[in-house]
Amino acid sequence: MIDLQGFGPQIALGAWMTVQVAFGGLIVGLVFGLMGAAAKLSPYAVLRGMGQSYTTVVRGIPEILVVLIVYFGGEDIVNRIAESVGYNDYIEINVFVAGVCALGLSFGAYATEVFRGAIQSVPVGQIEAAVACGMHSHQIYWRITLPQAMRLAIPGLGNLFQVLLKDTSLVSLIALPELMRTSQAAIQNTKEPFTFYFIAALIYLGITTVVLVGQIYAERWANRGVKRASA
Amino acid sequence: MNWEEIFVALPKLLDGAVLTLELVFISCIIGFVIAIPVALMRASQNWWVSNIPLIYTFFFRGTPLLVQLFLFYYGAAQFDAVRESIFWPVLKEAYWCALIVFALNTGAYTAEIFRGAIQAVPHGEVEAGIAIGMQKHTLYRRIVLPRAIRMALPAYGNEIILMLKSSALAYTITLFDLTGVTRTIIARNYLAIEMYFTAGVIYLLMTFIFIQVWMRVEKRLLKFQN
Repeated sequence: MIDLQGFGPQIALGAWMTVQVAFGGLIVGLVFGLMGAAAKLSPYAVLRGMGQSYTTVVRGIPEILVVLIVYFGGEDIVNRIAESVGYNDYIEINVFVAGVCALGLSFGAYATEVFRGAIQSVPVGQIEAAVACGMHSHQIYWRITLPQAMRLAIPGLGNLFQVLLKDTSLVSLIALPELMRTSQAAIQNTKEPFTFYFIAALIYLGITTVVLVGQIYAERWANRGVKRASA
Repeated sequence: MNWEEIFVALPKLLDGAVLTLELVFISCIIGFVIAIPVALMRASQNWWVSNIPLIYTFFFRGTPLLVQLFLFYYGAAQFDAVRESIFWPVLKEAYWCALIVFALNTGAYTAEIFRGAIQAVPHGEVEAGIAIGMQKHTLYRRIVLPRAIRMALPAYGNEIILMLKSSALAYTITLFDLTGVTRTIIARNYLAIEMYFTAGVIYLLMTFIFIQVWMRVEKRLLKFQN
């Protein structure tokens, strides 16, 4: 069997951190995605423009650049602002917060498109029926549009979550002690890069597989009320 | 914004962008060559034929590109057998390692895209081919593959854009692609926001131009549809 040379617990902690970053990014990203979709579908041109530029920019530059910009650039901006209001100590941004925000930001840009498509696929007749019943616009949103859009969005969001899981490895480059980082620490001591990167790869495979199975169940659950066209 | 410094850094950044484009271009060509046979195997009716390449696509699609890069670049050196083999002059070069890993990675994703497309070729067209008496390889060369590649074009274009963005990871194994150059410049002038901003704009431009070109290609290849 593979000898971990006592680094097992550390790597397990790293894997746990990876899972935390992934779910943190998912939550932040879902919020960004819903806001982005709302902006893109809004009747106001300014909001539509903002939504459009958000998705274009974030989807057009590499994820790692987003991570680096949020971490280093964000720190830079925070400090420039702090300096201008007369605060002279250096402010450090928490790596976890920066990582979760950066991953959420890029997840959100793709999720915006998924939500937009899903919201647009809700039949107009249902919205009209809700209006006819006398529902307010926010009631229609929460009771009619969102629950049905969620069902349609689950496959797309699941794929994005798989991408997000793999992108968590990028956060190791800003020194957050997740799976890649703890593996690197183990390698520095043991000088066995292949062994530990291979273990890391297997753990990532395990996590993505579990999420894939979860996705299948989530889709089945979300579609429980829907008749399939053909068996 | 310090525009003066941006203009000073621009030529070097563009040099980095050239390496980025070179890496993406070569790895996508190799990836395409890998993807076609793998996709044909994956689409096979035979359980063994379709599931053996699954190990390859499952591994490369299920793990982060960063892990794959480190596994090849740093990991290969762990074994004396690799270091003494004839492949070592190639494997010790970051450039070749990046190319190999990028090609294998994009090959795995592309293979799955093509597999879906091959399976989506209307069965009537295949039957028509058989009915005229085409042999299996003629059938694939003239009907299945041309049809499948056309159907896969939008998804394949997305995959190339993802590859362009993933290629930024080349800097982690000491290559001076666009991101690598950006980081060395920042280490000297400490203008993180300005330099990352410029690099971001260059990446955006590259993806934008690529999308325009790809849309033309799609229009041309799908001319028969309308």
